Amino acid sequence: MYYTRILKPFNLLMPQTIDEAISILAKYGNKAKILAGGTDLLVKMRQRVLTPGCVVSVNKIKGLNAIDGDPKGELRIGAATTMRSIESSRVVQDYYTVLHEAVCQIGTAQVRNMATIGGNLCNASPAADTAPPLISLGAEIKIVSAPGNRETTRLIPIEGFFAGPGKTILQSDEMLTEIRLKPIAKGTGCAFLKIGRLGVDISKVSAAACIRIVDGVCKVARISLGAVAPTPIRAKKAEITLEGKKICEDIVAEAGDAGAEEIRPVKDMRSTADYRREVSKVIVRRVIIRACQRAGVDV
Amino acid sequence: MQTHMKSPTTFTVNGRTIRVEIEPHKTLLDVLRDDLDLTGTKCGCETGECGACTVLLDGKAVLSCLTLAVTADGKNIVTIEGLSEGEALHPLQSAFIEHGAIQCGYCTPGMILSANSLLNDNPNPTPEEIKKALSGNLCRCTGYQKVIEAVEDAAKRIRRM
Repeated sequence: MYYTRILKPFNLLMPQTIDEAISILAKYGNKAKILAGGTDLLVKMRQRVLTPGCVVSVNKIKGLNAIDGDPKGELRIGAATTMRSIESSRVVQDYYTVLHEAVCQIGTAQVRNMATIGGNLCNASPAADTAPPLISLGAEIKIVSAPGNRETTRLIPIEGFFAGPGKTILQSDEMLTEIRLKPIAKGTGCAFLKIGRLGVDISKVSAAACIRIVDGVCKVARISLGAVAPTPIRAKKAEITLEGKKICEDIVAEAGDAGAEEIRPVKDMRSTADYRREVSKVIVRRVIIRACQRAGVDV
Repeated sequence: MQTHMKSPTTFTVNGRTIRVEIEPHKTLLDVLRDDLDLTGTKCGCETGECGACTVLLDGKAVLSCLTLAVTADGKNIVTIEGLSEGEALHPLQSAFIEHGAIQCGYCTPGMILSANSLLNDNPNPTPEEIKKALSGNLCRCTGYQKVIEAVEDAAKRIRRM
């Protein structure tokens, strides 16, 4: 891979507000790239995978790195919030355990101090570890656009955000500003698991589950997988297998197999496709078991 | 807003206020080493894997090779040169020497700053917590056991201070 010490010169803009950032994006179009933590963008710029003429740092925008709201109404996580801030958030730890578990396992301490949740999503790696938890939580994301034919602000479910490896539905004059999480219904348990060579490595397979159980019966199941398809995916067959059924070992094993049927894994330097298929069954099963335990049901 | 021209940037490095004119594509690592002669911060992989370039930015361990220097405007930076007080070494520095947690020394500034960031948040870490905090600092000669022992010992010394 081509690699150089020196970053190709660019314009650096540091807007103070979201509106200012959007108007810069509208002006520069595809030549502009947003810089948040820099842990993905600057590496790609060194490799000359990206050579933006204009880099838009969002670190001076007030409120973009804050967690606010309330888990009983709506929790809002600013797109420029670092992994470290999310890891340290009591509310995320207590209510949105699945997201907390994922964030704690991302990269190294230095990377978690720099990398942001919005950056992780917009970089759109199929292996982005924040995506499966957010999909399982039914999170929505706020997208702000330049004035024009579209609505200037829209909320969409996170699962509709990814378009392919490294691709999202964001237009060049749009920006992801916020992640919104709904309250967790009573009787819900959630969990995240991943397989990687070492803890700090990029996931080979990751899975998140959010399961609501009432009187031993699964009412709602949301299961998501990462690193096993061109985008993070929802494992709908696994969800259907569980919903309406009494939770037991057989049904969980069936859901694991159903989840593995839905994936479209690649062979790469991290794993073969066959390995990902086999491991997906196990990971889906284990993540469901852990989520059920947290909902108070032992499998 | 700032543009591609050299930007006047002000930050604090090891307690000193520094004003520099920086080109936007220069990283904090470039500026520390080339403009400020603070060569204790090492240049390793430059892709965020090895941790040799670790510095403290507002008290948190970050990778200076992936930080644009201009974006550090207004922030407080500590490098390995800023840890000792005159001739008196920081307890982490003394412990690394006494435990033999240093061989070629290339990874040591990053290791010590990551450990420092950990001890600021958690004065009494377990060996597991130390391993996790140092997982972004690669050493190719000593192995890690002596490093972990040195950090545990330094934590003890700091708690007694």
